[in-house]
Amino acid sequence: MSETRPLIRLRGRSIMALVLTPEPPLPAWLEALDAQIERAPTFFDNRPVIVDLGTLPRETRDAAELMRAIQERGIHIIGVESAHPSWSGLEAWGRPLPGAGKAGKPIEIPQTAAASAASVASSSPGPRVEPAKATPAPTPAPTPTQAPAQTSAPAPEQASLLVGHSVRSGQSIAFENGDITIIGSVASGAEVVAGGSIHVYGALRGRAIAGLSGNSSARIFCSKLNAELVAIDGVYQTAEDMPPDRIGMPSCAWLDGDLMRITPID
Amino acid sequence: MAKVLVVTSGKGGVGKTTSTAALGAALAQGGENVVVVDFDVGLRNLDLVMGAERRVVYDMINVIQGDAKLSQALIRDKRIDNLSLLPASQTRDKDALTDEGVEKIVQQLREKFDWVICDSPAGIEKGAMMAMRYADIAVVVTNPEVSSVRDSDRIIGMLDSKTLKAERDERMEKHLLLTRYDAGRASRGEMLKVEDVLEILSIPLLGIVPESVDVLNASNLGSPITLNNPASAAAKAYFEAARRLRGEQVEVAVPMERRGIMGRLFGRKVMA
Repeated sequence: MSETRPLIRLRGRSIMALVLTPEPPLPAWLEALDAQIERAPTFFDNRPVIVDLGTLPRETRDAAELMRAIQERGIHIIGVESAHPSWSGLEAWGRPLPGAGKAGKPIEIPQTAAASAASVASSSPGPRVEPAKATPAPTPAPTPTQAPAQTSAPAPEQASLLVGHSVRSGQSIAFENGDITIIGSVASGAEVVAGGSIHVYGALRGRAIAGLSGNSSARIFCSKLNAELVAIDGVYQTAEDMPPDRIGMPSCAWLDGDLMRITPID
Repeated sequence: MAKVLVVTSGKGGVGKTTSTAALGAALAQGGENVVVVDFDVGLRNLDLVMGAERRVVYDMINVIQGDAKLSQALIRDKRIDNLSLLPASQTRDKDALTDEGVEKIVQQLREKFDWVICDSPAGIEKGAMMAMRYADIAVVVTNPEVSSVRDSDRIIGMLDSKTLKAERDERMEKHLLLTRYDAGRASRGEMLKVEDVLEILSIPLLGIVPESVDVLNASNLGSPITLNNPASAAAKAYFEAARRLRGEQVEVAVPMERRGIMGRLFGRKVMA
């Protein structure tokens, strides 16, 4: 009788993790972390955290101790980034994570427990706020910055707008809360404005403005690049300055620091 | 059931009035009861092209304002019995058009005629909006060149949003009429090719009317080209377009470049 083996299935899964970056001097940093936790005790509950050790000097000996100290405070660590290979004792936290993804915006740490509960459900993070002056400020040591890995909002799925027809000249499609996908072309004299990325399954002949309100990791994709203007997070490029070999070709526009790059879609 | 057709373009000078007259005459010659309506208040031209400029007494604004009855304003064509014209005012402007007034007139015309063809003014303001508002079918007249194509695209966007049909979520039947097509210039890349225009505008093609000196000759004589010179290439294109409007399946032929003996011998294009 032949045995059928169970089928091994693998699925892709992405989660939102917070990245905590300790900065020396460490004792002061840990004090600041404690003060923060006191102000917003539930903020770290159930949130997976990656510790980024990139700012620690090479001679650091107590990296493992630091990790334990963070874990003792009830922070759920799922991985370590940017540890120097010579540091010992970090095996407990598994292999170092592969190269950092694009950093997102800083997350506002709420100042009260109530706000902390609310922030878990909130959608768009506001600009980072300085800690309230009422609590004794820890000293010039920088308050822990928390930059999210991979995405930019501590919210569930971002909304997305699907437009199932071409956008005619003079029309303007705007969607601040996420990506816009267009099945059709964007005519010359039309514009598409998105908070997230823009995907055009057709010719882009008009204007595409992505990454509104500070999302510099937004991208613009199209099957045929004939755009009048592309802009991502305030950085724009007009048709004149676009690379000639991309005109009329499937292309992706993205930001490399402050530079607009337009490359083939592979 | 009467059909209201709007001939529009966005861009000026592409051939709306010429096409309105030509299509109107072609349909009337085919036996339909047709009225052509001039919506270009203040800059009227349809009466000239129809040869009726010396018989205009009342116009559409007079009817809207109650100074005259519709039957008094309508001018019957002398050559074809079932073709009539409702002229526009030359002394007033587009602000005199009102929504209720236009609606009432279109309603009354629907009862009298099989086809109500509205000649839209250029632009995207009140005159153009009023002309398209109550239409069932749109003919978008476009020249195969970039500015005309972009303006036509804008107008198509408005047909899909500012008309009564659009407000009722019904689809308006739109057709592309490519006019002043010059095959030689298209093949040399000086003018857009038919496929390029269709790719950008994405509406079905009604016909391709070649550039022709006969058109100006006809309008000088105050006669639609389909009446004045039915054998000309332009008139033939209009006749075919009229047949397609009535639902017939006729294949669209892209006009070829015409070169006479002299052209072939000496390699230069002779004026056809």
